[in-house]
Amino acid sequence: MPRVVVDVVLKPEISDPQGQAVLGALGRLGHPGVTSVRQGKHFVLEVEGTPDAAELRQIAETLLANPVIEDVELHLPSD
Amino acid sequence: MRIGVITFPGSLDDVDAARAVRLAGGEAVALWHADDDLSGVDAVVLPGGFSYGDYLRAGAIAARAPLMRSVVDRAHAGLPVLGICNGFQVLCEAGLLPGALTRNGHLHFRNRDQALLVERADTAWTSAYTTGQRIVVPVKNGEGRYVAAPAELDRLEGEGRVVVRYADGNPNGSSRDIAGVTSADGRVVGLMPHPEHAVEDLTGPSVDGLGFFTSVLSSVVTA
Repeated sequence: MPRVVVDVVLKPEISDPQGQAVLGALGRLGHPGVTSVRQGKHFVLEVEGTPDAAELRQIAETLLANPVIEDVELHLPSD
Repeated sequence: MRIGVITFPGSLDDVDAARAVRLAGGEAVALWHADDDLSGVDAVVLPGGFSYGDYLRAGAIAARAPLMRSVVDRAHAGLPVLGICNGFQVLCEAGLLPGALTRNGHLHFRNRDQALLVERADTAWTSAYTTGQRIVVPVKNGEGRYVAAPAELDRLEGEGRVVVRYADGNPNGSSRDIAGVTSADGRVVGLMPHPEHAVEDLTGPSVDGLGFFTSVLSSVVTA
């Protein structure tokens, strides 16, 4: 069954305290070379038949992500 | 005057909200999220809690509940709607209020009595207050940091859409100390603090919260 992947991350202008906490831990663990962490969500959808890109984009932008604060990346099987 | 209080799976403060409605002199009507119609209520309260366990985003799944379609339709026609804490998150997710609520800046759940300044005393839910009045009600949230794009915040401030602002310290890192906002017509109000927990001397830090519930009674009478 085709799998569609949707990645959701906070918009660059929205601060991400969870990502910052991860970054702080990396510094304490001896990884000073990592300069930024942004935490997001990763959805894997299994779809019957050929995925409808328009429908999936609508799903991603209206439910999986909140466009007020988040950006969405849609990865169809052909990507 | 019949004020509906919607219970979602995971709502916690629906009973307190209904009690606040009754103490203010209204009739509280229990509404269930999976129903389709609003039973003819004159106003609606979306209570606090953790609807759907805050899965996906706080309020995101509740905002798509069957009853919310009726709430959105009726709100566009002027139905007074109050969202408290999780209810505020639901109203933002449903598109009835601007902005979004995100993880607190310090990552801690914050639970304390909180001073607020009332900046709009002419909405359906705040007419019992005076502009600039200082009130104290409990705040308790882990995802209460109000955010919006800077241009959007400027627009909201310019339109006077901030109803209440945190005073004496911002509990969660909300942009510009914003604790609550209103719709353009002043009928829909959402705030993170809990006025329904400040309606009786026995259990609250004050009775300052009662004004939200008495306000809507007069707004419904005059509407």
